[in-house]
Amino acid sequence: MAKASRGILIIYFSFLIALMLSVMPLPDNLQWWRPEWVVLILLYWIVAFPDRIGIGTAWVLGILLDVLEGNLLGLNAFSLTIVAYITLLSYQRIRMFSWAQQALTIFFLVALNQFIAHWIKGVLGVSVQTMMFLVPAFVSALLWPWLFVLLRGVKRRFHVV
Amino acid sequence: MSLLIFSILSLLVMFADYKFREVDSVRSALSTMVAPLQIIVDTPAQVWRWVGRRTADYEVLHEENEELKRQALILQLKLQKMVAITTENIRLRELINGSKRIEAEVVVAEIIGLDSDPFTHEVVINKGASDGVISGQPLLDASGIMGQVISVNRYTSRVLLISDARHAIPVEINRNGVRAIAVGNGISSELELLHLPDTADIEEGDILISSGLAGRFPHGYPVAVVSYVKHDPGRTFAVVKATPLAALNRSRQVLLVSLNPLPVSAEITDLSNKEKVK
Repeated sequence: MAKASRGILIIYFSFLIALMLSVMPLPDNLQWWRPEWVVLILLYWIVAFPDRIGIGTAWVLGILLDVLEGNLLGLNAFSLTIVAYITLLSYQRIRMFSWAQQALTIFFLVALNQFIAHWIKGVLGVSVQTMMFLVPAFVSALLWPWLFVLLRGVKRRFHVV
Repeated sequence: MSLLIFSILSLLVMFADYKFREVDSVRSALSTMVAPLQIIVDTPAQVWRWVGRRTADYEVLHEENEELKRQALILQLKLQKMVAITTENIRLRELINGSKRIEAEVVVAEIIGLDSDPFTHEVVINKGASDGVISGQPLLDASGIMGQVISVNRYTSRVLLISDARHAIPVEINRNGVRAIAVGNGISSELELLHLPDTADIEEGDILISSGLAGRFPHGYPVAVVSYVKHDPGRTFAVVKATPLAALNRSRQVLLVSLNPLPVSAEITDLSNKEKVK
């Protein structure tokens, strides 16, 4: 029991780091290249513990992200909920994938997240004239193998089960 | 099943946030909860500046000091003239029974966070409800108007910059008083002037100052300088672009101006801050 609760603390701590990384000040030109930290780390934990981390966690994370970024409340919550659902449907396949296949899957999932978020923003009148919002999906996919190894290290080091 | 519950929940929250003002208090409470995160995230930059100050070269500091003294002297000189001009202005206004200008009080704030989304232009400042900040309050830097407060939390507030695509500010041309509305278009170095007749007297290099007509921004602060004018006979309105004078993506120290509320502004402040603020 004590072990399990410590494990969940480690997971929540990684979410906290992800939230901080996603509002970290960056130079203007680098803003476009910011990976979607929250989606990445959420996806890792869903694939690792689909029975514990799921749609509910995704929703709460989304609300927190919305508050931090000053978005319409529920915008990221909605996109993360959908992404989390798709991941829950296919986590067994993702586990079996090779690095390249995993990265490609991550690209599509993050891209979906970006699409949903920017569709809603477009409806609200934020002008979205370029496809540049897909750059984070690309960066996230490139980052995935390293993040995967890092989080797997964290999982083993702290015996998160 | 939970997909259904949570996506409907998100849609409901989005609708409520868009439609009802009551949600703002919930958001404000949540924001106050996550404010420590924003402060932690800003810490590396703070530490960096602190280290920079500690290890600054004596020579550099000396030069900077000299430069500042020079500037202070020039500013004082200008101020001397200002005193005379202000009294003259008041006298003339009294002569014509004009109304007195509103005296603005100024609070210095610091930008502690930028919006991480490149499509929106918002910043977070380190003053909040506990410092008397109210929604709708204008924000300036040393050279011009930057934007206005759109949401207030306990210790921080969020500011919409004039370059955001959702922002519009009433301006007038300093040279001849022609009125216009400057709308942001999502590029931090560009504003657009809407619905300016093709025959309007406007030239490149004209300074635009706030007209104060909506009662939200004080009158007479510099906003932008006209950078591009195109008269196209085929169109009803001239195409006019302007460059904001405030250093929207560089300033760190900013000024919050508080006004005595005008009678007309009561209705305007009641508008939801999501709507385009004219």
